[in-house]
Amino acid sequence: MTVSPLAAWRDRLAALAPVLDVAEVPFRSQLTVRVSDPDAIAAMGATLGVLFPSAACTFTSGTGRFGDVEVLWLGPDEFLVTASPGLRVTIEEVLRGALGTVRGSVVDTSAQRTTVVLQGAQGREVLAHGCSVDLHPAAAPVGTCVQTLLARTGIVLQVTGEDTLTVLVRSSFAEYFAAWLADACTEYLAVP
Amino acid sequence: MQLIPCPWCGPREEAEFHYGGQAHVAYPGDPSALSDEEWARYVFFRENPSGPFAERWSHNAGCRRWFNAVRDTRTHDLLAVYRVGEPMPEVTA
Repeated sequence: MTVSPLAAWRDRLAALAPVLDVAEVPFRSQLTVRVSDPDAIAAMGATLGVLFPSAACTFTSGTGRFGDVEVLWLGPDEFLVTASPGLRVTIEEVLRGALGTVRGSVVDTSAQRTTVVLQGAQGREVLAHGCSVDLHPAAAPVGTCVQTLLARTGIVLQVTGEDTLTVLVRSSFAEYFAAWLADACTEYLAVP
Repeated sequence: MQLIPCPWCGPREEAEFHYGGQAHVAYPGDPSALSDEEWARYVFFRENPSGPFAERWSHNAGCRRWFNAVRDTRTHDLLAVYRVGEPMPEVTA
């Protein structure tokens, strides 16, 4: 049986519910795409049914033949495609096909990061305890996707809704992230 | 903490960056023709100005891209940032 990186933290994260609904969404299919050719980028987007983000520090999402798919901007020629679990091999093959002979790469990095979804009005405030990026809705509207440091660990932060934040954290740092999050939420919990 | 404006990601904390030394140090056109002294000069010798200094930075914790910045070594002010391949902009210190 495969155990997700935060399986042991499920109860402790659920206990933060008065402040934040924290849920791990493990085993998402994740593919790192390196390509700079605009035609290849358009072809890959058409294949997935989701246009690749053209602006820095944003992500796009949509529904296509692989269900709900998100494409995250990681760098000027680097993207991360995320989709439901179990699709990584199929998507990798399809993206390779769309890439054709153009210079670029598609690499399965599904095991690299786990996904944590934070839901709650105080999510931005809690993350601000350890993250220097301006998370005010005016500076980080829905659709923002930044790579930054959260309490010294590297994360990819997606603003997926007004009160919903999605954090991609490396699997080996996931428990550290969970411990930090539990600590940061403490002051918002009601005094017993 | 000082904020460094990454040309791709915007202003981020200095801790996200990695320093890469002097910018615009061209690789020798004909490496095999260099004497030991000329090699040493290429590998080890760098400018050490008091004032604006063009240097390389890498946004390690963000987009992981190298870029160039002009920093005033007296004040640590970043006078300009520009992408690799772009010419060094005119700055007034």
